[in-house]
Amino acid sequence: MSRLNLQLPGLELKNPIMPASGCFGFGREYAQLYDLSKLGAIMIKATTVETRKGNPTPRVAETSAGMLNAIGLQNPGIDKVMGEELKFLEGYDVPIIANVAGTEVADYVEVAERISKAPNVKALELNISCPNVKCGGIQFGTDPATAKELTAAVKAASSVPVYVKLSPNVTNIVDIAKAVEAGGADGITMINTLVGMRLDERTGKPVIANGTGGLSGPAIKPVAIRMVYDVYKAVNIPIIGMGGVTCAQDVIDFMSAGASAVAVGTANFVDHFVCPTIIEQLPNALDALGVEHISEIIGRSHR
Amino acid sequence: MIRQEKMTVVAQAQIATNIFELTLQGQLVQDMTPGQFVHVKVSDTFEPLLRRPISIANVDKEKNEFTMIYRAEGRGTKFLATNREGQMVDVLGPLGNGFPVEAAQPGQTALLVGGGIGVPPLHELSKQLNARGVKTIHVLGFQSEDVCFYEEEFTALGDTYYATVDGSKGTKGFVTTVFDEVKPEFDIFYSCGPLPMLRALEGYYPEKEGYLSFEERMGCGIGACFACVCDTTDKIEKDYVKVCSDGPVFPKGVVAL
Repeated sequence: MSRLNLQLPGLELKNPIMPASGCFGFGREYAQLYDLSKLGAIMIKATTVETRKGNPTPRVAETSAGMLNAIGLQNPGIDKVMGEELKFLEGYDVPIIANVAGTEVADYVEVAERISKAPNVKALELNISCPNVKCGGIQFGTDPATAKELTAAVKAASSVPVYVKLSPNVTNIVDIAKAVEAGGADGITMINTLVGMRLDERTGKPVIANGTGGLSGPAIKPVAIRMVYDVYKAVNIPIIGMGGVTCAQDVIDFMSAGASAVAVGTANFVDHFVCPTIIEQLPNALDALGVEHISEIIGRSHR
Repeated sequence: MIRQEKMTVVAQAQIATNIFELTLQGQLVQDMTPGQFVHVKVSDTFEPLLRRPISIANVDKEKNEFTMIYRAEGRGTKFLATNREGQMVDVLGPLGNGFPVEAAQPGQTALLVGGGIGVPPLHELSKQLNARGVKTIHVLGFQSEDVCFYEEEFTALGDTYYATVDGSKGTKGFVTTVFDEVKPEFDIFYSCGPLPMLRALEGYYPEKEGYLSFEERMGCGIGACFACVCDTTDKIEKDYVKVCSDGPVFPKGVVAL
């Protein structure tokens, strides 16, 4: 497996594949299906200070080659995440990237400070891009100055490197990327979901109770690839790419565009074994490209 | 144990208007209990994208076969209906917690109440209850006669009453209309169907032990995505449950109706 190992700030990855936050819970369910130690890392579900109930149902709706969701960052709060979920994950040899969310700067700082001390949390993913909550999501991620300020505050509080998850729901994602880099971000994860809506064929009303939802799945891959490509040119910190990844070729595409590692989201719902399957497929994909080590393909589209 | 398996289509038949019965063969049948469900990938592409949760209507562990009955209404289930004998279907399962067959004691009588596409899981349940020496009474509600199915199968297992909204079969009205007419005597009830029916049932027999099977839009089907959560009553400590992994069957009174 040494053809696949990678080093990113805080992260010693056996391979570049990790389930994306929100698509893998805290790992317990998938642990019934395969050994989580096979994964490069796990991006756990967003964690807030208090228990968060989330949005009313229906929370998901299918679209063409995609899915809308409006879960609303439901989570049991940091005490339970640290005391139960992260403890459970200590049973596996896999670095954890903790997704940190809040409603104001102080919340983010508190979660970051505490959760970054968990022994298996090797990096944070700062959630400034959730489109499905009224407070504490996307409004932090659409203004460069706010994004920079929050990044700096969380960076100062965290004991581990901080990656910032960018939203595609902005006019210029490169501006936000530069801002979080200036705020001290160690890396960028991108992209979060695109705000979308589906109407019920009979009633003409939105299917999702929240009205809008975040679009994910294969439908958004071209958008994500373009954004990774643009941001790679503009920043000097590593990118973890995501958006519609379903197979080894998608991983090659994201890394070619400039990602140093790749997260798999909605595909985990469609093929519950997709992450280990991709990891198994990657050596053959590298052979087909005539490449010995996976790091050789990072950013090759720019060369 | 949950498995993901390419199962072989043994038979596919239309048994009522838009209602199909699909029989699949594979190893994961060995772990099935009544009331559990499977998550089916209906096409080999990403269109439609998500798997479909479908209940288990019959289990034959000797033949390694199970049957599911579904309504071909949306894009996914219409796709599923095109499968023919010998084709392979990607199935994840069995999932969730089924009906507690052992909650009914031998010699007791169980009332099984189903509505529409909630009726199929009651068939395997009834078979297993009968095998345990529990008498079963079935009250099944449908929109109209043309979408009714499994009349002979249910009748062979116990007294079976129908309610149809348009009155084309059995009692005109809902399952509760049948309760008023027949006044069934029983010890325990099990039910699967639309939420208003489950709510009515819970209110109708407040003194009886009962188990309800719920349906909610799902993403992953295994409890990771938090799409199918339901609020709970104050009878249990948790403030929410997930239909896919905590359910789909819950004791009466757990889910806030």
